[in-house]
Amino acid sequence: MSSNTVEAPLSETAERRAVVSGAGQAPDSKWVIVTRGIKREYDMGGEVVRALRGVDLAIGRNEYVAIMGPSGSGKSTLMNIVGCLDTPNGGEYWLNGQLVSAMTDDALARVRNREIGFVFQTFNLLPRATALHNVELPLVYAGVGADERRRRASEALAKVQLDNRMDHRPNELSGGQRQRVAIARALVNNPSMLLADEPTGNLDSATSEEIMRVFENLADSGQTVVMVTHEPDIASHARRVVVLRDGLISTDETRDAFVARVGHSVAAL
Amino acid sequence: MSFIQAIRLAWETIRVQKLKSFFTVIGVTIGVTFLIAVVSIVGGMSRYMEDDLVGKLIAVNSFSLRSRPDFQVGDATQAQRNEWRRRPRILRTDVDPVAEALPPTATWALESSQNLDIESQYATPRNTQCSTITEQWFTIKKMGVTQGRLITPQEYNNGTPVVVIGQDVADHFFPNLNPIGRELKVQSIPYTVVGVADKQGSVFGQSLDKFLLAPERSPLNRWVNPHGVIDAMIIQGQDDTSMREAMEAARATMRARRHLHPTQPDNFELETSENALDFWNKVKGYLVIAGIALPTVGLVVGAIVIMNIMLVAVAERTREIGIRKALGARRKDILNQFLVESATLATLGAAIGVALGIGFAKFLAAVSPLPAAVEVWSIFLGVGVGAGVGMIAGIYPASRAALLDPIAAMRQET
Repeated sequence: MSSNTVEAPLSETAERRAVVSGAGQAPDSKWVIVTRGIKREYDMGGEVVRALRGVDLAIGRNEYVAIMGPSGSGKSTLMNIVGCLDTPNGGEYWLNGQLVSAMTDDALARVRNREIGFVFQTFNLLPRATALHNVELPLVYAGVGADERRRRASEALAKVQLDNRMDHRPNELSGGQRQRVAIARALVNNPSMLLADEPTGNLDSATSEEIMRVFENLADSGQTVVMVTHEPDIASHARRVVVLRDGLISTDETRDAFVARVGHSVAAL
Repeated sequence: MSFIQAIRLAWETIRVQKLKSFFTVIGVTIGVTFLIAVVSIVGGMSRYMEDDLVGKLIAVNSFSLRSRPDFQVGDATQAQRNEWRRRPRILRTDVDPVAEALPPTATWALESSQNLDIESQYATPRNTQCSTITEQWFTIKKMGVTQGRLITPQEYNNGTPVVVIGQDVADHFFPNLNPIGRELKVQSIPYTVVGVADKQGSVFGQSLDKFLLAPERSPLNRWVNPHGVIDAMIIQGQDDTSMREAMEAARATMRARRHLHPTQPDNFELETSENALDFWNKVKGYLVIAGIALPTVGLVVGAIVIMNIMLVAVAERTREIGIRKALGARRKDILNQFLVESATLATLGAAIGVALGIGFAKFLAAVSPLPAAVEVWSIFLGVGVGAGVGMIAGIYPASRAALLDPIAAMRQET
């Protein structure tokens, strides 16, 4: 359970250390994500691949965190576990005070529906449904009635300035618009966190900036945002940057400290 | 995801692929079409046989005393037929003892028939069924005349050579003429036509109006049977109960006359309308088997087709399934989505089948003598079975979909 952390000059550092070492105890409600010694291994044709080797991570309410790392660092695996799409082989994962690392598939589905707002690199919208219907989808699985669904989905689309495109299908929208629909969908059920996987990977630089601004606004208004990326430029939009290497956390620092150390050079990671 | 939600989703999915959906359900459609059509045909024929036909051939509440069955069920064995041939004929001397044993309200008449040569001076000769009958015959058969009159009691008594002929016989032998009072020769013996009978109609395209009737004591008697032998004694009761009484009385009398031991079976036949229906019931049995087999084949094929198409659909929509699961769909939600989709597809196919079946039955009824009437219960059965087939066919594909891993599923290219 060792990690080489460069101390973030935040008063919370000590608290973080404390909360990730309290095995078996539910964390205080100010922590949205607490992982303790998360391990994930795969059996690839006889060989055991250790994607995560013991990750301790604490993310509090209203934080805006970027998780970075080169390919093979385990950041995608960590994201899948944090997003409750996968369960770890070892360790604990507490999401909003619930121990999700031991939950059944059905229970995890419920957690995903209520607590997590996914935003994907490839948007992952239903191609044959309208923008409105796409945004309604989490509410369908939450059992919300048709009228209320429509109302909440319209509101969510208004928040990303797409209420005039509600009845368009994804193929009638630009990349940036599609991603905004995805963000509206992610927010419609008031999740504990927004979990974005390379959100600007399929967008040009201008549109990327636009989407980053949306995230910033959301973070400003109190939404907890976790973004996984391999680009330092994008990571530096967040307020805290965690770098993974070889299945463990390598550095965990504020944006300023990160930018100062790394600049725009990936090699310096 | 609620049930109504799932149906709406299924409907949307089917709507955007109308042609593909139609080909998916074609097996179910055909199966249900067969079901509706066969049920309507069998139902219509049953009604026709039991109500129309039998009423035309056999008088109500009556039975015949004969030596062997008139309506033969198709699969009588050779041994059975030999036994029939060996039976003694019904004799003129059997008649009075039987008549005495009958309940007082019963009426009876005698009938003997043979195909004989008839001639008139106005047309070519023809071989036609000729029968000798006794006084109550017309009453029992409820037959009247459209021209002329019936045979009088005196004529029966005296054996006067007069005849009542069927409409077809009148038309052939006296074209455009009034047959009443004119002469017909049967086996070269002249008879006077006194009446033309009511039109009896036809059965499966065969006319029932080709007959000639003469008094039992007339010269015709020598030609229809050997001396002292009759073909049948027809006995009618007032109602079903008294008919059965009469049957038992006749049976007892004949058994006594034939000196039959209690363990020996009857060596004569007491035939009711039920015997005529036996044949139809046999045919109906085969039709019912066909009516079950054909739709079943269609539905099994339909199920296999639906299952395969749904498997393909699941494979094509793997990414969509992954997205739904990521957003919170449980296995049950995905399972229901695809089960409802395949059940909805199959139900639509069944509905089309119902429409086609009804159309086919109506068409058949219009162009052939077969009366086909659609039975409402078959519609419900067709639709119900269609939905059931859809659900069963969809189970395997739906469970494959439900068990997909969302992470892997979302990696699929579209």
